[in-house]
Amino acid sequence: MRRNEPYIFLVVLALCVLIEIRSGQFFTANNLTDIASAMIVPGLFAVGAFMVIVSGGIDVSFPALASLTSYATTKYLLDTGYTGGIWLPIVISLALGALLGAFNGIFIGYFSLPALIVTLGTSSVFKGVMQGALNSVQLAVIPPGMREFGTSSLFVATNSISGLTSRMPVAFLALLIVNGLAFLMLRYSYFGRGIYAIGGNETSAVRAGFNTKRGKFFLYVIVGMIASLAGLIRTCMMQQNHPTNMLGMEMNIIAGVVLGGTAIKGGAGSLSGAALGTLLIVIVENSMILLGIPTIWKSVFTGALIIIGTGVSAFQVLRANRITKNRIAWKEMSKA
Amino acid sequence: MSTQQAGSNLKTLYTRNRHIWRLVIVMLAWIVFMALTKFNKFYTLINFQTMASQFPEFGLMALGVMLCMITGGIDLSAVSIANLSAILMGFLLKSIAQADGSLPFYAIPLMFALGMVLGAVLGAFNGLLVSKAHIPPILATLGTSELFTGIAIVFTNGNAVSKLPVQYALSINNKIGGLVPVQLLIFIAMALFIWVLLSRTTYGTKIYLLGTNAEAARFSGLKNDRLLIKTYMISGVCAALGGLIMLANYNSARANYGSVYVLQCVLIVVLGGVSPLGGRGRISGVVLAIFLLRMLETGINRFPQISSYYISLIWGSVLILVMVLDYFTERRHPFRKRRS
Repeated sequence: MRRNEPYIFLVVLALCVLIEIRSGQFFTANNLTDIASAMIVPGLFAVGAFMVIVSGGIDVSFPALASLTSYATTKYLLDTGYTGGIWLPIVISLALGALLGAFNGIFIGYFSLPALIVTLGTSSVFKGVMQGALNSVQLAVIPPGMREFGTSSLFVATNSISGLTSRMPVAFLALLIVNGLAFLMLRYSYFGRGIYAIGGNETSAVRAGFNTKRGKFFLYVIVGMIASLAGLIRTCMMQQNHPTNMLGMEMNIIAGVVLGGTAIKGGAGSLSGAALGTLLIVIVENSMILLGIPTIWKSVFTGALIIIGTGVSAFQVLRANRITKNRIAWKEMSKA
Repeated sequence: MSTQQAGSNLKTLYTRNRHIWRLVIVMLAWIVFMALTKFNKFYTLINFQTMASQFPEFGLMALGVMLCMITGGIDLSAVSIANLSAILMGFLLKSIAQADGSLPFYAIPLMFALGMVLGAVLGAFNGLLVSKAHIPPILATLGTSELFTGIAIVFTNGNAVSKLPVQYALSINNKIGGLVPVQLLIFIAMALFIWVLLSRTTYGTKIYLLGTNAEAARFSGLKNDRLLIKTYMISGVCAALGGLIMLANYNSARANYGSVYVLQCVLIVVLGGVSPLGGRGRISGVVLAIFLLRMLETGINRFPQISSYYISLIWGSVLILVMVLDYFTERRHPFRKRRS
């Protein structure tokens, strides 16, 4: 399989240079820090979306899952008057995320139901629980531990010309850690290789002795945990919890993952490619102001990006199939 | 026809009917429940007329989604096609209205014709992406859904198109003979058209084969690409008609109207017994599911103590419950992935 990352890297680079030429503001310390900071939440979501797509499934419920777990965690801690550090909120939301992910996992793994329709259904259920049962409203205050985590920074970058400053949040470390763990898991663990195997050919994976049902179940549990972590971090970084403003992010994240060369039918793709694809989308969204394009064009651009990205990916699959077919034919011929 | 084929036909007839029987039972239970609890508020002519003028909006979109799902695909862009057509036709309506706000006689037929053409063009774009560019239908229609919504936002600057000539809303909200809403007639016409397509033409037989096994369909000499483009075009036309009805019902149009209908259409179609993997499903089940959903929602609205947010919880649970029921009632797993 041909590697995709060099191309997508070149596209990202070309875009950066283009924006730099138009605005002269792209390669400044504070703009780069802003983009890294804007990358944290989409980057975390992308790790989860990537693993699901590699396994041959698709998950559209993660924004609803993240909204529900972050809202429930924040609300519970506010009600109990919690004043401690960030670790308890992280543990609570990871546990909730695992629980809701297991909900997806049971239906997709053990009942073998189509992932798209299950996650469309569960995202509706999660939204209903949040807005109906929990009666969600915007939370303008968050517990002090979470606020502290959201405002603490690794370093502060200053633009030498305009004097504008940008913080690099500590949460960026979470993005690096999750990416690192996911990379190790996908490359070296039995479970991680199994995810690729399920996506490549589920029947073969079963025949090879991999427990695909359990594998899928735990995959969705892990993805639920990553999504809930992203939701919590977003709440901390925004210093408030707005229950519905993450909903609708799923399309852009999936687009980024597919743009990064992940085969939508599963079985092929790399984490670095998915991260680069997500970076591309984040840069496009963040730089429209620098480029002087009105924000009403945003959906047009994202839609076009999804179509072009998936089109290129589909074309590559087609070409890969054709090449293998030709090779087989060539071997047959040389034998004869 | 050989006896073997007749036997398998009988069997599929039985399994198909099971979906329909289940819907009928749930509907009867709901009818009885509403009769016992809120008889005076539910069983009025005006209530049923309101329901019949509301469900064609998403009912038409669901019919299109059903066709796509029979081919093994899905159309998630139906709502955005509906909104884009409603917005553009709203502009058209405003531009051809005379100074005193009245419409020339040809205005409404012209609008419907152009709206359907627009729907067909947008649908054909979906079809091209799915067939010629080989993009999986979910992603292709997600992408176009974002794109069409984006175009609608650019046209309207994100605002609603309103202050339309009232004559349009009045004539669509009219009741034929004081009894039957016009929206219902449009829905019935389209449902009949699709029923004829599916059961009386070779097109119907072909898309069932395409949905069951695309490879086999290709080797049987079917032009898969053309069939897919046609199917997505019909879906686009259905969606555009739904959009025109929305334009009349709200007397305005906006890029984000009816966003809940995306999930609702998929729910209806799966509930109606169409397999998400394609090749199976009947229009009678889907139409029943449309009625059932409207009756459930209207019924729930009669209980003011239940928050309307619970509706999305109920829809999601019903969708998953139906699929789990299918898993347990059918001996062979109905949704197991067939990999070629």
